[in-house]
Amino acid sequence: MSSPARLSWPLRLFHSLFAVFMLAPLLMVVLVSLTDKGYIALPFSGASWRWYAAIADAHDFITAFINSLWLAAAAATISALLAVPAGLAIAWHRFAGRDALLGLLLSPLMVPHIVLAIALLKFFTLIGASSTWWGLTLSHTVIVLPYVLRLVVAAATGHERSISQAAQSLGAPPWVVFWRIELPLILPGVTGGWIIAFINSFDEVTMSLFVASASTATLPVKMYNHIAHTIDPLLASISTVLIVLTLVLMLALDRFFGLDRVLSGRSN
Amino acid sequence: MIRNPLPWWLASPAALLMLAFLALPMVMLLGLSLNPFVPGAGVGEGFTLSHYADLATDDYFHTIFGRTLALSFWVTLGCLLIGVPEAWVLSRLSPRWRAVSMVIVLGPLLISVIVRTLGWAILLGSEGVINRSLMALGWIDAPIRMMYTFSAMTVALVHVLVPFMVLAVWASLQRLDPATLQAAASLGAPPTTVFRRVVLPQVVPGMLSGVLIVFAMAASAFATPAIIGGRRLKVVPTTIYDEFLGNLNWPLGAALAAVLLVIVLVVTLGTNRWVERRWRRVFE
Amino acid sequence: MSTNPGFLRLERLTKRYERITAVDDLSLDIAQGEFVCLLGPSGCGKTTTLQMVAGFVAPDAGRILLDGRDLTTVPAHQRGLGIVFQGYALFPHMTVAQNLAFGLQMRKLGATETNERIAQALELVHLQDHAQRLPRELSGGQRQRVALARALIIQPPVLLLDEPMGALDAKLREDMQIELRALQRRLGITTVMVTHDQSEALSLADRVVLMQTGRIAQMGRPHELYEQPNGRFSSTFLGKANIFSGTSDGQMIQVGSVRLPVPPGSPPGAVDCIVRPERMRFASSQALLQGEIVARVFLGNHWLFQISTPVGDVQLTEPNTGLPLPSEGSRVGLLWTPDDARVIARNA
Repeated sequence: MSSPARLSWPLRLFHSLFAVFMLAPLLMVVLVSLTDKGYIALPFSGASWRWYAAIADAHDFITAFINSLWLAAAAATISALLAVPAGLAIAWHRFAGRDALLGLLLSPLMVPHIVLAIALLKFFTLIGASSTWWGLTLSHTVIVLPYVLRLVVAAATGHERSISQAAQSLGAPPWVVFWRIELPLILPGVTGGWIIAFINSFDEVTMSLFVASASTATLPVKMYNHIAHTIDPLLASISTVLIVLTLVLMLALDRFFGLDRVLSGRSN
Repeated sequence: MIRNPLPWWLASPAALLMLAFLALPMVMLLGLSLNPFVPGAGVGEGFTLSHYADLATDDYFHTIFGRTLALSFWVTLGCLLIGVPEAWVLSRLSPRWRAVSMVIVLGPLLISVIVRTLGWAILLGSEGVINRSLMALGWIDAPIRMMYTFSAMTVALVHVLVPFMVLAVWASLQRLDPATLQAAASLGAPPTTVFRRVVLPQVVPGMLSGVLIVFAMAASAFATPAIIGGRRLKVVPTTIYDEFLGNLNWPLGAALAAVLLVIVLVVTLGTNRWVERRWRRVFE
Repeated sequence: MSTNPGFLRLERLTKRYERITAVDDLSLDIAQGEFVCLLGPSGCGKTTTLQMVAGFVAPDAGRILLDGRDLTTVPAHQRGLGIVFQGYALFPHMTVAQNLAFGLQMRKLGATETNERIAQALELVHLQDHAQRLPRELSGGQRQRVALARALIIQPPVLLLDEPMGALDAKLREDMQIELRALQRRLGITTVMVTHDQSEALSLADRVVLMQTGRIAQMGRPHELYEQPNGRFSSTFLGKANIFSGTSDGQMIQVGSVRLPVPPGSPPGAVDCIVRPERMRFASSQALLQGEIVARVFLGNHWLFQISTPVGDVQLTEPNTGLPLPSEGSRVGLLWTPDDARVIARNA
């Protein structure tokens, strides 16, 4: 929409309040992380970096952080490896059961994570795989795959068939067409999907609570359990680190893809 | 009949993953809900509907389901009330401001729900920022109890879920042809009428999509109600946690989950169909 | 003819989709070096025919032969035909030079020869300075030329063009048409072009193949098709036509309450009498038809008149010679020589 008719002042005010509403909790977290007190307080009566220094000593949190990173990377990568061929099949071929297949692959979006979490807990217990890393990884893969799939399908649907036909007419056999023409052109969609999948896996708490255990703890789970006991500024400093890291990733996503597009599963 | 087997080969790994680790476990969950529970021993053998009977007759569960549905309702309403105008504002902003606003509005989606909820806990606790500021200003003498209330849960969940509403409505707004607004204005319609009679009807698909997403996620939300609602304000997801990991009554937890799933599916698919029937013209 | 008249032969090609027959038992011989236009309204099957020749659509029946070799079951990437697509289909992630090099890489050509051919191709289409540009940095006309160069660089036996000028504005289209024709003449390459624009077909083709609902309605040299349409469809698709339907006794045709002369030797009975607007002229005496000018349109190098007559609205064109012409509302008489009319038996 290119007609920026001036917004009336009530709407401007509303927008500002909305922004404050969205940012207030995050701002609180950042501020509290800077307190020099041993309890939740705003740093106006004394600020310090002590709670950031404390992160270095929180070995279990650091381990959990690294666990979460690896888990998210694994889940995102496996999802991408599965979602790319499936997405191409859905976007470029017409076949019986296509809609049902798409429904099946997107169904994790409709199923409450709590429901899936206990279902998988039961399932893994039955096959003797509860509290294992690969069980946790597969659980995460299941819930993030739809994100990658949506973006792959969008990118592939937007691909013009005539470009593939042109490559064919110039002598390229099907696999060369895929490797040199189609894949490079859908790669932005795949990459965006991978990043969204990574973020969703990293942030996931419900699945991990049920399917993980003390030995396979992820960062969100550790934080959740910590909050249950006491809300202390260490959580705030860790959270602030996460906010900053996410901010960087977010700006990159927005720059290359457009935040709204990639979050709603559409492509250019 | 299958002319080209290639798409099947391409899609089968993903399909197998879903069937094995989604469909199958869900079916097993249903079966689990029909097993008896032996206190102290865990899941028993056999078939029983006693858990479902418990859910249907016990007031304890009625309250929980009622609270969950009420929570979902208010959260969805809240998201509609502030999400729709916000999406509208976003569409009218200049590109520079819009980019910044997008990051502010949508960015939180990328931040863990734990962090966001922690922020609310800090704001709302009796030792929290709001209470401390109000007391420091002398407006109140004792801290207001905000944490562990239904309202707090609602507000926090609105904060978590409103970006989804904004995204859904925003998608609809992008498909809106700005020329239709100019046409309406040229025909004499003031801005509020333009919004009401030209913009809103075209935005309904987006609103519908947003309502479905927000409702389903509010009913299924675990972390935020657990942290903000605390031990006494149970909703269905936190009750499932209690039964599963607390009481180890897996069959009852499974029954709760099954009922939650059915409610979510019925409401979302049912609403989808109803609105589609009424607004069929708008859906090309 | 010294050239091979059946260089590209389409033999009884048929393509059906559900209940629609897109191409119906179509046979066509195209001579080596010939420029053929497949012309017709949308849905007539011209694009489907081209896609079958290219190999992207498999015919339900019939064969495609290139210089005697049966191409029908050969996959598209092994046919070696040069194709220019409607949207140009340039590879967006590759530069102009890389786009051109692609076909040569598929043929495993060495680097030196590849670079040589790229330079030649760029020169052919006057894009020497644009080798390192990306498609999105080029104008529509430039993209079209790259698409053409990319198709020609592989030195194909046949060039296929699918509505290549569709996206260009009128002036650019004219220029490109002239360039394309000159190029084709220079290279002597057998060319098949699909278009819905009749003036384009008339100006470019050696032979026009007019198609309707999957079949060939009429085919021949542009001039023949224009002057001797074989029916209602052919006469109205190519140029404008005034059609008088009536009964003829061999000398005069009765159209409603009016009698009009017909050329000697024309068929009797229920017929259509077709007169082109440019063959009609205003006459104050000995007019064949009387009427009133309803509208008058200036088209640059000629005027178009719409005249209401007892037998319906009639169109007449007059070149812009600067001489005065009747204005809207005037009553006029219309005249043409009977030989300028073409009489065709009407199909039931």
